[in-house]
This record gives sequence, C-alpha cells and structure tokens, in this order.
Amino acid sequence: MSASTTDLIYRTAAGLSDSLAAGDVSAVEVAEAHLDRIDAVDGRVHAFLHVDREGALAAAKAVDARRAAGEPLGPLAGVPLALKDVLTMQGVPTTCGSRILEGWRPAYDATVTRRLKDAGVVILGKTNMDEFAMGSSTEHSAYGPTRNPWDLDRIPGGSGGGSAASLAAYEAPLAIGTDTGGSIRQPAAVTGTVGVKPTYGGVSRYGLVALASSLDQAGPCARTVLDAALLHSVIGGHDPLDSTSLDLPVPAVVDAARQADVKGLRIAVVTELGGEGYQPGVRQRFEESVALLEGLGAEIVEVSCPHFPYALAAYYLILPSEASSNLAKFDGMRFGLRVGDDGEAGVDEVMSRTRAAGFGDEVVRRIMLGTYALSAGYYDAFYGQAQKVRTLIQRDFAAAFEAADVLISPTAPTTAFRLGEKLDDPLAMYLNDVATIPANLAGTPGMSLPVGLAPEDGLPVGLQIMAPAMADDRLYRVGAALEAALADRWGGPLLKEAASL
Amino acid sequence: MTAVAGTAAGPSALMPYDEAVAAYDPVLGLEVHVELGTASKMFCGCATEFGAPPNSQTCPTCLGLPGSLPALNRTAVESAMRIGLALNCQVAEWCRFARKNYFYPDMPKNFQTSQYDEPICFDGWLDIDVETDEGVLPFRIEIERAHMEEDTGKTSHLGGATGRIHGADYSLVDYNRAGIPLIEIVTKPVAGAGRHAPEVAKAYVTALRDLLRSLGVSDVKMEQGSLRCDVNLSLRLSPEAPLGTRSETKNVNSLRSVERAVRYEISRQAALLAGGGSVVQETRHWHEDTGLTTPGRSKEEAEDYRYFPEPDLVPIAPSREWVDELRATLPELPAQRRRRLQAEWELSDFEMQSVLNAGAVEVIEATIAAGGSIAGARKWWMGELARVANERGVELAELPVSAADVARVEALVAEGQVNDKLARQVLDGVLAGEGSPDEVVAGRGLAVVSDDSALGAAVDAAIAADPDAAQKVRDGKVAAAGALVGAVMKATRGSADAARVRELILERLS
Repeated sequence: MSASTTDLIYRTAAGLSDSLAAGDVSAVEVAEAHLDRIDAVDGRVHAFLHVDREGALAAAKAVDARRAAGEPLGPLAGVPLALKDVLTMQGVPTTCGSRILEGWRPAYDATVTRRLKDAGVVILGKTNMDEFAMGSSTEHSAYGPTRNPWDLDRIPGGSGGGSAASLAAYEAPLAIGTDTGGSIRQPAAVTGTVGVKPTYGGVSRYGLVALASSLDQAGPCARTVLDAALLHSVIGGHDPLDSTSLDLPVPAVVDAARQADVKGLRIAVVTELGGEGYQPGVRQRFEESVALLEGLGAEIVEVSCPHFPYALAAYYLILPSEASSNLAKFDGMRFGLRVGDDGEAGVDEVMSRTRAAGFGDEVVRRIMLGTYALSAGYYDAFYGQAQKVRTLIQRDFAAAFEAADVLISPTAPTTAFRLGEKLDDPLAMYLNDVATIPANLAGTPGMSLPVGLAPEDGLPVGLQIMAPAMADDRLYRVGAALEAALADRWGGPLLKEAASL
Repeated sequence: MTAVAGTAAGPSALMPYDEAVAAYDPVLGLEVHVELGTASKMFCGCATEFGAPPNSQTCPTCLGLPGSLPALNRTAVESAMRIGLALNCQVAEWCRFARKNYFYPDMPKNFQTSQYDEPICFDGWLDIDVETDEGVLPFRIEIERAHMEEDTGKTSHLGGATGRIHGADYSLVDYNRAGIPLIEIVTKPVAGAGRHAPEVAKAYVTALRDLLRSLGVSDVKMEQGSLRCDVNLSLRLSPEAPLGTRSETKNVNSLRSVERAVRYEISRQAALLAGGGSVVQETRHWHEDTGLTTPGRSKEEAEDYRYFPEPDLVPIAPSREWVDELRATLPELPAQRRRRLQAEWELSDFEMQSVLNAGAVEVIEATIAAGGSIAGARKWWMGELARVANERGVELAELPVSAADVARVEALVAEGQVNDKLARQVLDGVLAGEGSPDEVVAGRGLAVVSDDSALGAAVDAAIAADPDAAQKVRDGKVAAAGALVGAVMKATRGSADAARVRELILERLS
C-alpha cells in the first residue's frame, strides 16, 4: 500500500470531498484505496457481508467522468460509503444478516440508496448486522460476528456493528446504519465513532427491511460530526413512497456542525440515564464532558424523565409485536430461501420448514414474543399498555425540552463487552439499549459521539445527545462543539488511539 | 313438523321453508365487499385492469417484497367516504388502518392491511323496496360500518379433481388482484324480515349494487368478483328472544344466490334446532351448482388475526370541509332518481315496479332522451325487446340495439313510414346486426309503400289477374275487393299501405 493511499483511508469525508473537488485525487483512487483496505483487514474485522468492488469502481469512474465534464456535483460525490445490509440495493445481495434472504437480489433501490447514488456516493458494499437488526453485538448475524477494531475479541455493538466497525477500521469514511432501539448509536459508542438517529420520518424507510416500523430510522455513521451532517443532508428529506416520512425541509445540520457553538444553550443531564448500572469509566468520561460543555458556555441543568425506566419493557412489547407481523412475509414463497419443497409437502409445511431453517434463535424468540403479545385477550395488557407507556415517555421528553434545548446521557451503560459474554443472557443484552430506546419510542433524534476511553479497559465511551423532533441540527451543533473541545484536549481524534490493524 | 333426515357425511337435513319460518325468526347480517374501480391499487401505483396477464400488474409493494412500503391512494379514500355518505353514515374524524395477520400464499405480506375498530364510515342506513308476494314492502337496513382494505391475490389450484386446495398437485397465485382497494360494507343485524328474509337480502344487495353503480365507484360485477357477498344468518324462537348462533356463508356470488343461500340456511338451521341440536358458529361455503352450503372453519379453529394499528401508514383525518364537499357532490341516488322518473313519466307504482323489474329504467330514460316517448319506449323495451332479452338470457342493456335505435323506430311509425308489424321486423334487423333502423328499412325494403304510381302497377296487375273479383266489385259487391287487396299485399310482401291499396282498387273499378 503506497503512502498516498494509506493517507486516503484516514481522511474524513469532508477532507476527501475537498481533494476530489480540487482534482488532487480521483474517485477511482479513493475507492481503490478503501477496497484495498477492506481486502487487507476485513478478514479479521468482518464488517462486510458483500463487497461490491466492480459496482463501486464503476460508480467512482462515473463520478470522475461527470467531474471531468464539468457537471455540478454534490459534496459527497466520489466519497465511499458502507451500506448496512438491511437496505435494498438493486442487483446487490441484501440478506439482513439472515439465512432466510440468502440469494435474494432486490430489483429495486431503497430511497436512501437511490439518494446516495444520485449524490455520487460510492457504495463499497453491504455491512454485517444482527439478524434483522435484532441485537446489540452483531453476534446474531447468520454469517458470523463482526469484531471491534479496538479489540478483536470484543463486540462492535449492534445491530449496526458492521457499519460502525467499517469506520473504525478505516474501511470507509461513511456508513449508513439503522436505529430501532440504538442500533446506530450504541455501535458508534463502542467503536469510538459518530452515529445519528434522525427524527422519525426524517429519512425515508422505503427499502429499509422493516424490523419495527414505528421505531426504525436510517441515519448517518461517520468518524466526525461534520461528516455525519454531510451524509444526513444527502439522505434526509420527504419521500412520497414512505407515508410516515415528514414533508418538511431537512434541518440545517451541516451549518449547525460548522457552527459548533453551545454558548447559552441549556443542556440537561437526564437523572434516570446514569448512575447505578453504568460502568465507572463511562460515568467518568460523561461527567468530564458535562464539565467541558459548561466550560464552553452551556447552561447545564438536570431533568427527570420519570417514565424512562419503563421504556425498555414497553420497547420489548412494541418491537416484537411489529416484528412478528413484519417478518411474516419471509415464508419462502416469493423470494429468498425455500426449504423442504419436496413435491409432497403442502404450502403450510414448506412455509414452516423454511422459517424454521431460515430464522436464528433471537428472531424466533422475538417473533414468538410478539405473536403472544398481540394475541386475542392479551393485546390490551401488552401491546395496548406498552403504547400508553410510549405516550408517557413522549410527555417526559416534551416536559424535559421545556427545561432544556438538548438532553445528554451516556450512550450505553458499558464499553464493548467480549464476544460471547452476553450471548446466552438476552436480558443483559437488551440492557445495552436502556439509554437509547426512549428516543426511538418518542420519535426524537439522537446522536452518539466519542468522549474518551474508559480508564479501566481503554475502550471508547460514547455520549448521547437528544433533541426535540425535527431539531436534529441541535445534535450537530452540540456534538461538533464537544468534539472540537475534546480534540483540543487530546491533540487529535480519539480514533488515533485505536490499535492499528 | 317434519325434518328431512340427512347423514353426517351427506347433505344437511332441511326443514321445509314455510315450516321453518313459522317456527323461527331469522336474523340476517350481510357483508358486502366492493372492489373499487380506481385506476391504481390501494397502496401502490400498479394498474387494476381486470383480465391482464397474471402478475403483470405488480410491484415491490403489492408483492410484499422486503423493504417495500404502502402509500395510500387518495381516490380510494374518497370513494370510501362517498359510499359511506350515500349510505347515510358518519365519516370518522380520525381513523387508522390495521393489520390482519394470517398466513396464506395469496397474501403477499402474510397480513392484510385493513381497518379494524376504527372504520372510516359507520352508523348509516339504506332504505330498500322489497318485492314480495304481499306487494312491495319498504324496509330499512341499518349499516354498521364501511371500511377500507386491500384485496388478496387469486389462487388457482391445479391438477386435482375439484379445483380446491385439497388434492391439487400445485397452486398458482396471480397477484394482479393483490392490493386492489376494497370497501367492506357490513350491516347491523337485520331483524323483522320474517319469512321475507331471502327477498330482503336480495333486495338489499341489489339496491346496494345500484347505489354503488350510480356513484361510479365500482363496476359492481358479481360474476367478476368486483361485488362479493357473505351472508350471516341466525334463527331465534321469537323476535323477543336473544340472537341465536349464526353461520357465515361465503362465496355467494349472484343476486339469485343471495336469496337461495338465505333460504337454504333457514331450512338447515331450523332442522338442526328442531332436532334438538345447535347451530355451530362457522363459515360455510355456498355452492352455486348444488344450491347447498358446506362447512368451512368453525369458531374453535378460527384464526386469531392479531389485529394492531398499521404502523406503516399515518392516521386518516378527513377534514369536515372535505366531507361536506363530497356530500354536496354526491350524484342523484337510485331511490331519488326512481321517484323523480316515476313522477316525470306519470306511472303508477305498479307500472314503475314493472319497469324496475324488467331492468328497463336506464334504457327507457335513454330512449326518451333520444327523442322517444314514454309510451313508445315502454312499449318496445318492455314488450318485443324484453322477450328477445329473455330468450337470449341477457340484460336489456346488453342487447345490440341502442336507445337511439328504439327512438328512431318509434319515429318511423309516427311518420307512417312503417306500421307496427314492420317495426318489429326493423328491430329484428337491428338485432341481427343489419345496421341502423333506416338501413334495415332500406336493406329489407320494408318501407310502407303508399306511393300511388308504384302501387298502381301492382293494383292493375291484381285486377288483370282476377277478372272475376274485379267484375264483382264493379257490380257493387265491395267485399270482393278483399281478395284483390290481399293479392297486392302479397305481391308487395306486406309493404303496402293496405288502406291505400283498397282505395286505389275501388277508384279503378268504380
């Protein structure tokens, strides 16, 4: 690997954008540098399920040709990206980390994919994930786990561990994740990267294979707040193909990231998201960040969100209920895996065999939970009750945003745990998302950014910022200010500290 | 009281109908599914044309492919509201779709997007006229709800003897129908029909069909499945008794079958109850060919559909302005129209009912619009043409003769160009595809010949051919002229004006 290509993979998307625009480097060179990096390290990291070398190079070539022809191009034209395997891309395998979709090549692009292509973003391939985005460690992928580039024996978070790991391993400067209960933010926290869950409805879900429709939201993953903002503004905005998409302009996230100023902002620490159950090093780095923000001129307050402790329980009724219905279509009849069609078995039997063979344990567990929660006689006690809790959590947020402009908390209670450590204890695994789930239930946006390493294990800690619906720009304003202050303190980005692969 | 015995495996025991309705009070419930005639499907942009090649009108959304999402068809919502308003329903200020979960290959997502406890329209009624052996009885059908849902695909089971899923070698699914908008209209329990329950059921479905047609929201063709009916029926000992256990008969796909299925279920349930048994709550299938119903799923085996609000769609909250606008622009509905036409045409109740029964309202109205008279239009459509339609087993409107043709025939008679007898032949020619009435008259040479020069030759020939008769007339035996007139008429193949022929003969022989 030449010195210049090595340099390219460490650049930010904004930096690459400048060099591409200036003609210092071609999109093909940038794509090749990243594809070479993937070849060199992905055998150990396993961030990708599918690398689309030919497609990426063709897309890069097209961008170079358009630039040569003098066509106006967006800021991310020619910048590579890793796409979570839960979003469809025409002609490219889309598995959602499941056997049941083995061999399926979608005939259509997700709206996010379409917008990336239209912006000239070079899609390198599809990243690993917990099967159907169910998990917090990427260990539930049917195709084997992804490893955390900081420590290959540890999990990269989940479900979007592949996207986060691809950033931390310098395989891509940008990635797309999806966040149903924390699947963008928690992997960002444990890999020392930035991840944003936009306002529900802010980014189209068309072509996002649904886990829980009322909670799912695609969003940007990057190594810097500004890069995330650039990506956010490309994928965001109204889509008539998604009825839940908001017909509102994308918040001015790039301007906010450049503004990077918290003077006079009221920033609230959420009482219920901290303290007991949070690792000491996580608490320490969080508290230092609070002090740093105060030093930058923010007004720090504390708010209580009394119903947040019930969020996890409500989430694990709403999510499985919707998932049990969303996943019913995977029956071996029209696409993907089909098992046991021996000419004798009837349609019910083939559906049953296919689902038994195609779904992993966690998926089966959640389908069963959801089927039960929606059953006649149980609906009111489970799904109905959970929806009431959801309303109470929305009210908690509304009250908190009366007192503060943004809320902050640790993103996850712990740093990256060891592979296999929580695999047999679903409840312990679910607790990883305790701080991220409230924003999904309320439909409000949230960001995780790295705020240092926990002294006890030397692993990254993430801080979560939460804003009111459609005030995503506040995440970037606060995140960029904190990021700059931390970089000053450290003398550079946190990722510099990661062990080299 | 007698009950015809039946075995468990064989046809059900039946009680003669008159005995059944003497002993029990039937309560009806009707669920009608209407396929809307929108250009595109409920949740995607696919076309909805009937009879297109299988699976040619599909996309990721109506195939339920992973990642696809529904986007609501505004016209379908509007049609649903117009149907509700025409049925005197309330329109919900806020309602949602719900998912009805069950596994079946004709459901691409293995759930149907429907409405559950929040229908878009509810609490309405439809007044109908029921023709019975006691005359026409007015009846009010209370409407419980009208809600929106998507249709399923269509499955064909091949290789088996029965065409049903059991015993078939394989099945094919056509998803062209999947996602076509449906409105399900559900009545409240219909009580008080007594022995007229079968006629009430049929009259309701007929009235509903006419109403939907007048709204222009559906082509309402039962034979193509764009109007489908499920019949719920229960019996009780008296109108004061609580409702009995009901059966739900599906696949009742013609107006005649609605009436027959109700009649059958009354006899079947009565025999069960009279024999000391009880009615099982179950779905039953109507068999058009045998006129029987057979059991399907019972309540115990019924699926739990696990309804929950559809999270992929936002709630619908039609503004009151929109509802008022739709209400204000409803077309004239069939009942209003019937009253208006009866008044305009100055018909008695009996005469109007005959016109309705003959299905002749539209064609008569069109004939009058084309310049005909009510008397002429009724005479031809309810007489000669009704006879032909009956022979051919088609509706009047399906005959290859237009309202304008009928109006023209009436005009030809009025102008004296043809007489009544010839007019029948003109219609015959039109029906045979020989062209317009004028073309038939020309083609068949049917015009009444009253032109003296043309007739003169025929008269001269007749006189020359029968000198005896001619002499008798000259001698004052005018009756003898009849033979000569007959000869002229024969020579002109009936096209001559007989009165004029007689005049000419008498002139020549006076």
